[in-house]
Amino acid sequence: MIKAILIFNNHGKPRMSKFYEHYTEDTEQQIIRETFHLVSKRDENICNFLEGGLLIGGSDNKLIYRHYATLYFVFCVDSSESELGILDLIQVFVETLDKCFENVCELDLIFHVDKVHNILAEMVMGGMVLETNMSEIITQVEAQGKMEKSEVRAAPLSYLLEF
Amino acid sequence: MPAVSKGDGMRGLAVFISDIRNCKSKEAEIKRINKELANIRSKFKGDKALDGYSKKKYVCKLLFIFLLGHDIDFGHMEAVNLLSSNKYTEKQIGYLFISVLVNSNSELIRLINNAIKNDLSSRNPTFMCLALHCIANVGSREMAEAFAGEIPRILVAGDTMDSVKQSAALCLLRLYKTSPDLVLMGEWTSRVVHLLNDQHMGVVTAAISLITCLSQKNPDEFKTCVSLAVSRLSRIVSSASTDLQDYTYYFVPAPWLSCKLLRLLQCYPPPEDGAVKGRLVECLETILNKAQEPPKSKKVQHSNAKNAILFEAISLIIHYDSEPNLLVRACNQLGQFLQHRETNLRYLALESMCTLASSEFSHEAVKTHIETVINALKTERDVSVRQRAADLLYAMCDRSNAKQIVAEMLSYLETADYSIREEMVLKVAILAEKYAVDYSWYVDTILNLIRIAGDYVSEEVWYRVIQIVINRDDVQGYAAKTVFEALQAPACHENMVKVGGYILGEFGNLIAGDPRSSPLVQFNLLHSKFHLCSVPTRALLLSAYIKFINLFPETKSTIQEVLRSDSQIRNSDVELQQRAVEYLKLSSIASTDVLATVLEEMPPFPERESSILAKLKKKKGPGAVSVNELEEGKREAGELNGGGERGGDSSAISTPSPSADLLGLRAGHPVTAAAPSAGSLLVDVFSETGFIHYGRLMLLIFLRTHERTITKPVPFLAVPACLSASHTLLSLALRFVCKNNGVLFENQLLQIGIKSEYRQNLGRIYLFYGNKTSVQFVTFTTTLNVQSKPVEPLIEGGAQVQQVINIECLTDFSDAPLLNIKFRYGGALQNLTLKLPVTINKFFQPTEMASHDFFQRWKQLSQPQQEAQKIFKASHAMDTEVLKAKLLGLGMALLENVDPNPENFVCAGVIQSKAQQVGSLLRLEPNAQAQMYRLTVRSSKDTVSKRLCELLAEQF
Repeated sequence: MIKAILIFNNHGKPRMSKFYEHYTEDTEQQIIRETFHLVSKRDENICNFLEGGLLIGGSDNKLIYRHYATLYFVFCVDSSESELGILDLIQVFVETLDKCFENVCELDLIFHVDKVHNILAEMVMGGMVLETNMSEIITQVEAQGKMEKSEVRAAPLSYLLEF
Repeated sequence: MPAVSKGDGMRGLAVFISDIRNCKSKEAEIKRINKELANIRSKFKGDKALDGYSKKKYVCKLLFIFLLGHDIDFGHMEAVNLLSSNKYTEKQIGYLFISVLVNSNSELIRLINNAIKNDLSSRNPTFMCLALHCIANVGSREMAEAFAGEIPRILVAGDTMDSVKQSAALCLLRLYKTSPDLVLMGEWTSRVVHLLNDQHMGVVTAAISLITCLSQKNPDEFKTCVSLAVSRLSRIVSSASTDLQDYTYYFVPAPWLSCKLLRLLQCYPPPEDGAVKGRLVECLETILNKAQEPPKSKKVQHSNAKNAILFEAISLIIHYDSEPNLLVRACNQLGQFLQHRETNLRYLALESMCTLASSEFSHEAVKTHIETVINALKTERDVSVRQRAADLLYAMCDRSNAKQIVAEMLSYLETADYSIREEMVLKVAILAEKYAVDYSWYVDTILNLIRIAGDYVSEEVWYRVIQIVINRDDVQGYAAKTVFEALQAPACHENMVKVGGYILGEFGNLIAGDPRSSPLVQFNLLHSKFHLCSVPTRALLLSAYIKFINLFPETKSTIQEVLRSDSQIRNSDVELQQRAVEYLKLSSIASTDVLATVLEEMPPFPERESSILAKLKKKKGPGAVSVNELEEGKREAGELNGGGERGGDSSAISTPSPSADLLGLRAGHPVTAAAPSAGSLLVDVFSETGFIHYGRLMLLIFLRTHERTITKPVPFLAVPACLSASHTLLSLALRFVCKNNGVLFENQLLQIGIKSEYRQNLGRIYLFYGNKTSVQFVTFTTTLNVQSKPVEPLIEGGAQVQQVINIECLTDFSDAPLLNIKFRYGGALQNLTLKLPVTINKFFQPTEMASHDFFQRWKQLSQPQQEAQKIFKASHAMDTEVLKAKLLGLGMALLENVDPNPENFVCAGVIQSKAQQVGSLLRLEPNAQAQMYRLTVRSSKDTVSKRLCELLAEQF
């Protein structure tokens, strides 16, 4: 099972976090900090797996991560998941974001955090993988996008100007 | 076309986010956020009803603020309102907010459930998916109660859209995990299993997680999934890389699903049906063959996906452990990976090889890679990989390569990362003991261990080396010589001083012939370390000194001088002071014969399972140490001391009971001569003096009880002194089931306080007899129905005397020992019988375990006589904290997040008795409405379950 999915940048600023087990808000923030601490001090080109931090279950859990440009994508999983499989899943997630946002960058994650959550929800649900097929995921996200557009178009113009 | 266009979001939100990003300081950011929060709060509270769009916008801002790491304590209601909107965007933001911010205990769940119910019956697949996601995210008990019946129906209905089916499968899985009792699969089982045949691969992907989980819990009901999984796997494996279209990932057909299918098969033994098995073996061979084919793409994703399948296939082969042919191929494949340039593959290969090493078919094959693995330990840049290499070395170690491996691990220890040192130390200690043929090598290894990583050498490790030295007289001289040399180092670790003190105290005479290590030189060497040591070590050294007086009469005056010095005899630490006083007295009044008897060499320890192994198991957590290792550990432990190399100590009992052996050390050696008496408890009055043999302690005790009359003013009460009748106060003992200290008995004359401590199967009780009157109690005697030693026969008015009772639990029992107290108070004979509050639960050792392990063990203890259950009325207020405190006082581990119902309590512990260990599990279900409890206890011994249940039923 996937326990948590964390995205933070090279300075440890969280860009998205999703926990599939209940923790208090404080613990969640601590987990993010601890994970960043563990992951960021590692060299590039060494292995992508390491034992989880103490807060998230220590050696029973693994952190599987990839580093893309300014962002770390970290999946915390238990022993029932295949490490390489999760690595592929991270790749699928990132490629999907890339397609949905046209060359995704950190700013997209900041301004559209709700959409990032939606895309993730098409892949992972309650900590288990729902879909791995990228075109299927994108189809779903596009369908949502269309619905959204039609609703925005139907809304009075003033909404777009107002704050 | 981009699916998410950037322009059409909410403008206000984008402006707000930009503002935050432009903040120059944390303070500015907080200020901006507080301003926004105030704004939103006023909008929500304002008179003007907000329309859906505004609500959505503000809820979205709150969400963003939350994701920045700030607390959000309002807006939940507005989010719930959004759920009933018929606009997708509004509904979706509402659900998102709830998924992220609402936890399962929220009071809003009822409202949320209503909205979910509507969406589930809407037949709009998008809305249904949103609702299912929300259930899976929150996953509370109330949600399970509301929807556990409905979701299986959605999952198997013929007209359900594929995307909804996928969500329904995972939603059901989540509910099953949180509330297994509410998800009844019975009638759906077969239809759920057949989802493995579904046309849509996405449905299979989602369903397989559900099926795997259900199979783990109910393997028999779901075993039809094996043949379906095999045929699905075979279709994927044999398909061309383009057959599965979108499920082909970088030229690998459906890698994720293949991995999951292989995992599912690992829940079961090899298929019995020959045809199915043949097909599966064919699949596994194909996967192994493909690994040798040239890659279809140079991209790392391609090899990743391919290898993901390969590693799972290897895991399955190892799990079956029945196809020597495949096992050897797997081992060769992993051997290739050990030298692969991809670090990930080296890591995984080391990890898989670890499990492979325990198979008898492949153990030898794994061993051929020893040089590569040692090299990995030395040269890998990545600590995760080095750790795996160390694990593998441990797993592949046997008699033939132990010396090499231990040497490598020791030299690695000098530079090892701090985080893994303690585990490394334990592993080295275990290997050294397990494969020691030559005990001087063993002693050298452990002393090296203390030298290199003294801080990480736990008590268990140094206790163990002492046990072994004591049990084997062929190594004692060598050990004495080696510690003596090791202590010469100017800075040596305190653990070295402990070992040195103990061993020289016992066997210093073996090296005393050499003038370079004459008795006085030995003593001065030890004493030069004394002042740098902690109190427990000093206490041990004092015991070593008194032993020296016996071993070497010529050191007597020097040592007496030391004991007599103010820094000892007036030491502020009670234990040190007491030892100094007693030892001084002992050395001056006892004759040489008596001294020789009291201070004789320790007898051999009974052989039990290595306490170090137990510690490693504990450290690794349940399940982390394979059964193989455990079994092997026992076998090897037997070999070590019971083996044919030396006949002398074969009398040592070699029943390996997994209990830490330090007991033997701490309280001396339990006497076997005393017959187990009523209640199977051996109760005796004696006091701890480190490593002085129990049987010869009587004299010391005598000295001690005569020296300790503590005068302590007790509030004076004028009492009519006429309590001559015999009081039998048996039920009082029940108050001490969940606590260890307090007032055991009090009347107008006498107050008896009790302080008790328990460790493993040993306990010590201090009884304090306080005279509340101003008159003496004379001929004060106490009698235990087991065995008794005299207590001070006279208690002055207002004074208190102490009695110490040491206890060992031999086997489980239900009757507590009786203590009879008689004394004369102003001529009238007082007679009192008390039950000592010694109950079976005092010998609990708490056991932490995860939910999965708990239920597995619970299931294993399912014979009717193993369970005892009571339903009873609450006799105290049902306060959670009080209940927790009581359960903790019981001595078991209170396990959090195990019982799906948070109201319930579950505990686990092992009762340590000399004869055996009894694992016990407990579940307490309070019913606040009825003010009743249901208590269920399961343990491996029926009498224990029954007794625990009786004891506890009185406590709540």
